Amino acid sequence: MKGKSLISINDYSKDEMLRILDIAEGFEKQPRQPILSDKVVSTLFFEPSTRTRLSFESAANHLGARVIGFTDAASSSTKKGESLKDTILTVACYSDIIIMRHPLAGSARWASEVSSVPVINAGDGANQHPTQCLLDLYSIRKTQGKLDKLNIAFVGDLKYGRTVHSLTIAMCNFDTTFHLISPDELKLPSYVKQHIKDKSLEYHQYRTIEEAIDKVDILYMTRVQRERFADPIEYESVKNSYILTKNQLKGCKENLKVLHPLPRVNEISENVDNTPQAYYFQQAQNGVYVRQALLATILGATK
Amino acid sequence: MSKKELNVSALQNGTVIDHIAQGQVERVLYILNLSNYDDQIYLGANLDSKKYGKKGIIKVANKFFEPEEINKIALVSPTASIIEIRNYEVAKKENVQITDEIKGFVKCVNPNCITNHENVPTWFDVTNKKEIVLKCRYCEKNTTKTNIEFI
Ligand SMILES: [Zn+2]
Repeated sequence: MKGKSLISINDYSKDEMLRILDIAEGFEKQPRQPILSDKVVSTLFFEPSTRTRLSFESAANHLGARVIGFTDAASSSTKKGESLKDTILTVACYSDIIIMRHPLAGSARWASEVSSVPVINAGDGANQHPTQCLLDLYSIRKTQGKLDKLNIAFVGDLKYGRTVHSLTIAMCNFDTTFHLISPDELKLPSYVKQHIKDKSLEYHQYRTIEEAIDKVDILYMTRVQRERFADPIEYESVKNSYILTKNQLKGCKENLKVLHPLPRVNEISENVDNTPQAYYFQQAQNGVYVRQALLATILGATK
Repeated sequence: MSKKELNVSALQNGTVIDHIAQGQVERVLYILNLSNYDDQIYLGANLDSKKYGKKGIIKVANKFFEPEEINKIALVSPTASIIEIRNYEVAKKENVQITDEIKGFVKCVNPNCITNHENVPTWFDVTNKKEIVLKCRYCEKNTTKTNIEFI
């Protein structure tokens, strides 16, 4: 994996994913390791995403690397009409690795083709966000002690949520039973379901959290947005079904953990935050360890 | 000698593209970049075909195609066959074949794909040759037979 870009979660085999998780565990035990003190990391955020950028910059800082970059396209030369190719060719001269987020799908793959240094995709439009997927896997394994034979529920917008699609495809490597909870308009797309079918794994579809809550080990929440509905009345009639409250956790399995890619708006009530099931802030914390593991591995600083 | 063979033999040297799917003759001309070709081109459309009902045919004088060039037309006409004529004789006859990857002349269906915004040549993996499903290497979305557009 040394020197190799990470653009799509599909670029990593199951073994490679597991290796990153193992390395991340080491960074969780000992986060401050100045093994990249001779490296420069650039973070090119052509669209703002403060959370993801800070997570990467925190990871780089913990490893002693220097960070350069920009936080949105307005402060880059893109607004002067520079092509992505030219930006990447230039920045590749200044740094050892490029972390980029861009509103257009496929931009990161293109950047990795023109760049002389490895590229990590921190989100390319609606397409991929592989580091999110890896930190989700890390959080699942850490809380459940394993990745195999788990019951995982995805709740909310399963149609447009790229984190749900990537994590579903990744979890297809692990004999997972899927519980898909969404309004009819926002069901998991058939091309993602096909991955589940190809592996002959079990999946169930529901309209409410109550129907599945006693069966699952992981409850992965996403937001149901008004804009996704053609009919606003339809949105009003279903919106409350996809808001998780403390009450709904009654009768859940003891090991259940609630995950969420953040930022949350109202899809998880604040009264859930203090329950033993809430895990979404630790999940964000795990993102730093996973990104440390990726930076260290791709820059060749791990054994 | 049948009439059909006579037609083919009318070329001294060149390529006959036969069994073009109905309605695709113009598109084949376009894909092969023959609009500005300055030697003779014979076109036939809606001809009777025993195998396919109606077919189209194109004969291009003094022109031979590389396989990667000619195989582009398999996307719009998988039934087409290519006959090379040299000195009035059939020198070679082959069916077109869909290649494993398609580079540069098909548009990605995803409006938010980088290839539709910057000067990036499109690049697809053909994931289903029968149904014609092209998976974009960049945005990972599928372009299919029903929404295919040529650049
Ligand atoms: Zn595309």
